Amino acid sequence: MSATLTLDIPDFRNSPRVDEVGIEERVSRFTKRSIKTEAKNTGLRLILSMIDLTTLEGKDTEGKVRQLCYKARHLHDSMEGIPKVAAVCVYPSLVRIAKKELEGSGINVAAVATAFPSGQAPKAVKLADTKFAVKEGADEVDMVISRGKFLEGDYKFVFNEIGAVKEACGEAHLKVILETGELSTLDNIRRASDIALYAGADFIKTSTGKISPAATMQVTLVMLEAIRDYYYATGKMVGMKPAGGIAKSKLALHYLVMLKETLGNAWMTSKWFRFGASSLANDVLMQLAKQEYGNYQSMDYFSLD
Amino acid sequence: MPKAKSNTTKSRLNIQKTYKIYIGGKFPRTESGRYYKLKSADGDLLGNICLSSRKDFRNAVGAARGAFKGWSGKSAFNRSQILYRLGEMLEGRSAQFKEELVIQGATPKQAQAEVASSIDRLIYYAGWADKYQQVFSSVNPVASSHFNFTILEPTGVVAILAPEKSSLLGLVSVIAVTIAGGNTCVVLAAESAPLSAVTFSEVIHSSDVPGGVVNILTGRRKELLSQFTMHMDVNAIVYSDNDTETISKIKRDSTSNVKRAIIYKGMDWSSAAAESPYFISDVQETKTTWHPIGK
Repeated sequence: MSATLTLDIPDFRNSPRVDEVGIEERVSRFTKRSIKTEAKNTGLRLILSMIDLTTLEGKDTEGKVRQLCYKARHLHDSMEGIPKVAAVCVYPSLVRIAKKELEGSGINVAAVATAFPSGQAPKAVKLADTKFAVKEGADEVDMVISRGKFLEGDYKFVFNEIGAVKEACGEAHLKVILETGELSTLDNIRRASDIALYAGADFIKTSTGKISPAATMQVTLVMLEAIRDYYYATGKMVGMKPAGGIAKSKLALHYLVMLKETLGNAWMTSKWFRFGASSLANDVLMQLAKQEYGNYQSMDYFSLD
Repeated sequence: MPKAKSNTTKSRLNIQKTYKIYIGGKFPRTESGRYYKLKSADGDLLGNICLSSRKDFRNAVGAARGAFKGWSGKSAFNRSQILYRLGEMLEGRSAQFKEELVIQGATPKQAQAEVASSIDRLIYYAGWADKYQQVFSSVNPVASSHFNFTILEPTGVVAILAPEKSSLLGLVSVIAVTIAGGNTCVVLAAESAPLSAVTFSEVIHSSDVPGGVVNILTGRRKELLSQFTMHMDVNAIVYSDNDTETISKIKRDSTSNVKRAIIYKGMDWSSAAAESPYFISDVQETKTTWHPIGK
């Protein structure tokens, strides 16, 4: 059994090279699709259902997490037919609070683990962090890869680490954060994606949100293509989560266009695509209100993040 | 060595100015790509003027909202200095403003007077910018043991339909009182005479007024009126022409988010009555504080 497994794992040094100019050209096309009225309305609702409402600050308190969970359950009660968000994403120490607040809502709790955001901790600490988050009730775990080891070329280390965290997750879904802002090149991003995919990630995610640049359409396209190639090679679907820097609904719609034209309709649900964002939800709500009431909206009439 | 051709000969091509709108400290063209032709009194084409769309307006309001915190947080004295600077810059370009007023139908004498009054008006409100607060604030006598005082605070983002009849002086007047009090604004230039407004945006741009504090659009009043009156993030709307239908629409629509509807019906901006610190207080909110004190 293990012999066949090793045969299936490709040599990551030979991950496909990425044509940077081609990616730029392709991305610029996605931003030129005209999405109006009904399609826009459907898209905006889909975006809301794909959001992981996130708070990852050192200053986070139980009160802040309760407030965020309340927001997740009551995005904008004065409008009807507003979908709920996919998950609330917090630090492991606050998972218990979030879990309690979201009970019965169908909204998942995601926890960042493995010494987020730097990932600079011994393996045992990372695994303990993960197990703690799962024990507290996290439905999803967002881990960070060891970028230092990756850049040193120690792909085996990165691969094994993801595998070990996946094992520690048990039933919880694993999202693997590549922190693309620290990987320098699109070639590296493609290679890191391949490592995460073959190591057992349920989702691959661009960024922690702590490093600039965070998610960009270029980076996301490279990762989507890696997911597509992985699907062709193994038949397994893996999800994608761009995170950080997506604050406007127009940009989020561009991402949906890219998703549809790269992976197709099967991925167009919150099961396979997420936005890691905090201020995006309000912008989408303002757009939906604009569609419904006809006039441009003000932040004064929407809840704070 | 062959002598280089002089480029000051008669055959030189005219370099004509593209009249653009002013949003967030930048000079974009309208996102709609639409224009209207502006003709002089003699029927000559003066330029293609941007027909701003509701999205341009939305972007302008976004820019104004973004600039509000910084501008209202500046010291009154600093805003005063910046308004004075506006006056200085306008003075330096007075010839161009006169010329543009003349080609839009004014006599040279009228143009001369309008430009001079506009500069004076900026200086007048520069003076008031750090004084109106002292004049309008008050300490109020109350029966209980409280220290009770009232101060003015800027109302926020102000949408201005610039006076149609007084395309420079009227424009300068309504902008000056708005920004002197720490508000930011989105202005729709006079539809029949937009050149002064477009050129004035260049004066603003070179006067230390932060981007987004003043945003100037050109276009059709009829098309944009509903956007101005209905936008939920606009806190006040200023109008000073005579159209009663427009006035009643402004008043009616302003209820959507309880905007201040400020109407100066038929105001003659060159009259003595058009210059007063009360114009500043019109775009201010009053805040009264009850502070407990021991007897």
